[in-house]
Amino acid sequence: MKLKISVFAIYREMVGKNEIELELDKGAAVADLVRELENVYPRLSGHMDSLMVAVNAVYVEPHYELKDGDEVALIPPISGGHHG
Amino acid sequence: MVEITEDPIVAESLVRQVKAHRHGAIVTFTGVVREESEGRRVLHLEYEAYKEMATQKLEEIVAEAQSRWLGIDMALAHRVGRLSVGETSLIIAVAAPHRAEAFAACQYAVDRLKEVVPIWKKEVWEGGEGWIGYHP
Repeated sequence: MKLKISVFAIYREMVGKNEIELELDKGAAVADLVRELENVYPRLSGHMDSLMVAVNAVYVEPHYELKDGDEVALIPPISGGHHG
Repeated sequence: MVEITEDPIVAESLVRQVKAHRHGAIVTFTGVVREESEGRRVLHLEYEAYKEMATQKLEEIVAEAQSRWLGIDMALAHRVGRLSVGETSLIIAVAAPHRAEAFAACQYAVDRLKEVVPIWKKEVWEGGEGWIGYHP
């Protein structure tokens, strides 16, 4: 199945683009996706511990099973509204 | 009532959104780009958002606050893009019948925002830069 992955902030800078397309086996989970990303983009490996993943704009756990056409986003640690 | 925008944001327009005759108090929070961060001199900030999800999360914060403090109204605006020192990055306005709920709900919204809303901040200092919240 084909997945579109949006990449933000520190991860966007590491992969050098804001969107990745990835082909994964049917039934793959979020954890499999993260492993595959580390293979394709070695710069990411060792930096994925604090990563959160959203599918269709909702946070999901590593065991979440991905479906064809899912809109995936890699969410680095959040700093928005960190003021004062 | 929630907005993520590249354009400058002003408290007055959020106050106008929440103001109503049933309310006796309006609290606003304004987040401003500070000139210093952990001893470094900040040149400017860059805010980046996953806009679609961040908008949803801001709406969730409003709904959460409204279920905890009945009868309040809340508006939030977060600016993204490049911001200079002294510019406003975040405004929250909360109106309530009485001040205690307005203060509490405003504090709650600021705290929740930095936990769940996918907005990232990069600080550009003299001689370097870094994404805040990211500790390799």
